[in-house]
Amino acid sequence: MAKVIIEKLGKRFGVVTSTPPALQDVDLAIEDGEFVTLVGASGCGKSTLLRILAGLETHSAGQVSCAGRPITGPGADRAMVFQHYSLYPWLNVMDNIKFSRRLKVNREEITSADVEAASGRADALLDLIGLAKVAGAYPNQLSGGMQQRAAIARALMGRPAMLLMDEPFGALDAQTREVMHDLILHIHRVEKPTIVFVTHDVEEAIYLGQRVVLMQPRPGRIHSIYPVPLPAQRTQDMKHGAEFRALRHEILARIRESAGVNTDQDLLDRLNLAATTQ
Amino acid sequence: MPTLPLVRVPLLEPEVSDTQTARSRQSIWAIAAPISRRQYWLFAVIGLLAPLVAWALLTATDWVDPIFLPGPLQVLQRFRDWLLDDGLIGDAGISVYRVGAGFVLSAVLALPIGLLIGAYRPIEALLEPLTDFIRYMPAVAFIPLVMLWFGIGESAKISIIFIGTFFQMVLMVAENVRGVPRAQIEAAQTMGADRGEIIRLVLLQSAKPAILDTLRITMGWAWTYLVVAELVAANSGLGYAILKAQRFLKTDIIFAGIVLIGVIGLLMDQAFRWLHRRSFPWMHTKG
Repeated sequence: MAKVIIEKLGKRFGVVTSTPPALQDVDLAIEDGEFVTLVGASGCGKSTLLRILAGLETHSAGQVSCAGRPITGPGADRAMVFQHYSLYPWLNVMDNIKFSRRLKVNREEITSADVEAASGRADALLDLIGLAKVAGAYPNQLSGGMQQRAAIARALMGRPAMLLMDEPFGALDAQTREVMHDLILHIHRVEKPTIVFVTHDVEEAIYLGQRVVLMQPRPGRIHSIYPVPLPAQRTQDMKHGAEFRALRHEILARIRESAGVNTDQDLLDRLNLAATTQ
Repeated sequence: MPTLPLVRVPLLEPEVSDTQTARSRQSIWAIAAPISRRQYWLFAVIGLLAPLVAWALLTATDWVDPIFLPGPLQVLQRFRDWLLDDGLIGDAGISVYRVGAGFVLSAVLALPIGLLIGAYRPIEALLEPLTDFIRYMPAVAFIPLVMLWFGIGESAKISIIFIGTFFQMVLMVAENVRGVPRAQIEAAQTMGADRGEIIRLVLLQSAKPAILDTLRITMGWAWTYLVVAELVAANSGLGYAILKAQRFLKTDIIFAGIVLIGVIGLLMDQAFRWLHRRSFPWMHTKG
């Protein structure tokens, strides 16, 4: 069970009180097995919120708990996938995936049946992410998409209740990203982890999430939560449907409103003016 | 690698054709352009032979006094005598021993301390400013003090090498450890690794190649300090042989000694590079 409850959560970096807090009064409940995406303009605290869930960052106000236990630090029940540079370049794909097996948390009271099951699981994961053929390759021999698939498999290896993803596909090209989207949806169906996924790409947020949490900057807070009106089984052509486009339009408009894009809008207006007067 | 075009494209004007074919392969003089392995070796051999030839030509004329600049053949001859009759192996051996001892002592202490500075901020605050301060004190200036404390025995030479390399090594190892990408550490944390496991399985593994490079570079400095120590306080070793030769105006020995130190240094450097390729195949494979 990985029901997450966040109450009145606040986060302030440093002691300067003149800058708005990174997070203020964040309330959110995430159901067990849910797929939630976090979007918002830069500085809205979405990554900070994710890192607090991972236990990599402390919070300065409120409460946050996972499966009834307060989150006080990182733990194997909440695995994280980063944007890049998180695979171990000195280990091949298979050893990267099995990395967590070498840790004490997974070696206590272990039986030979467990070892066998683990090696079976590593093979199954390799199959699932389609990297069985390059199990012996080093990360620097793989494309960016393959590296991220290996990183996802490594995170899944210890059967975490939660998978926390911090813009994991942000550095990939558009085609690879589509493949990754369907892969992560498939993983969600098969493994049923609770997934919290941070992205700046609104289309990605809607396509993947059961709910999209829109956040706002200065101070970082939740603006609104949109349930995604799409069937559980997503397909790429849904992106062209009226409901999808309407939701995308709505969220983008809210982000523009909140982001202080006004200054950018000024710039655009001036550029347009300059173009027309020439 | 530039490849020659197999098919010559017919061109309108013959004068243009030369520049056109030249442009179809990238010039090796373009900024940061790649060169083939053969070209690399060609340039390397030219770079090494040119000064040698210049040296030979310069001494073949009567232009310079051989007392001040002996010719390459004279140096080679002297080198042979030194090797066969004057105990070159012994001189080189004792020097290598001193470098080895000072360097190993330095490394054994600098590795864990650098690792701790890189891993824990309080230890960084505790030790790094101090190390930074001492590192700016020239090791050579410690020689009189070291002689007072240790005399001119082996421990004096080893101490000089230690003082010259240890503090630099600590700072460089700490920097190597700090260079480990944050995501590598945090990924381990979210997989449930404890502090010891993060240091052992992530920090150390990730920084190892950079640390080996640090050792390679500091080994070069160890040689420098060895010669300094032997010039001042020794009665054996390559540095001492050079100093003795100066007293008797035997410039050919000075040359032979300097070249020999260079060659030993180059060999050690190559040994470190070989070790790097062997130990970290994942850094030297590209797919």
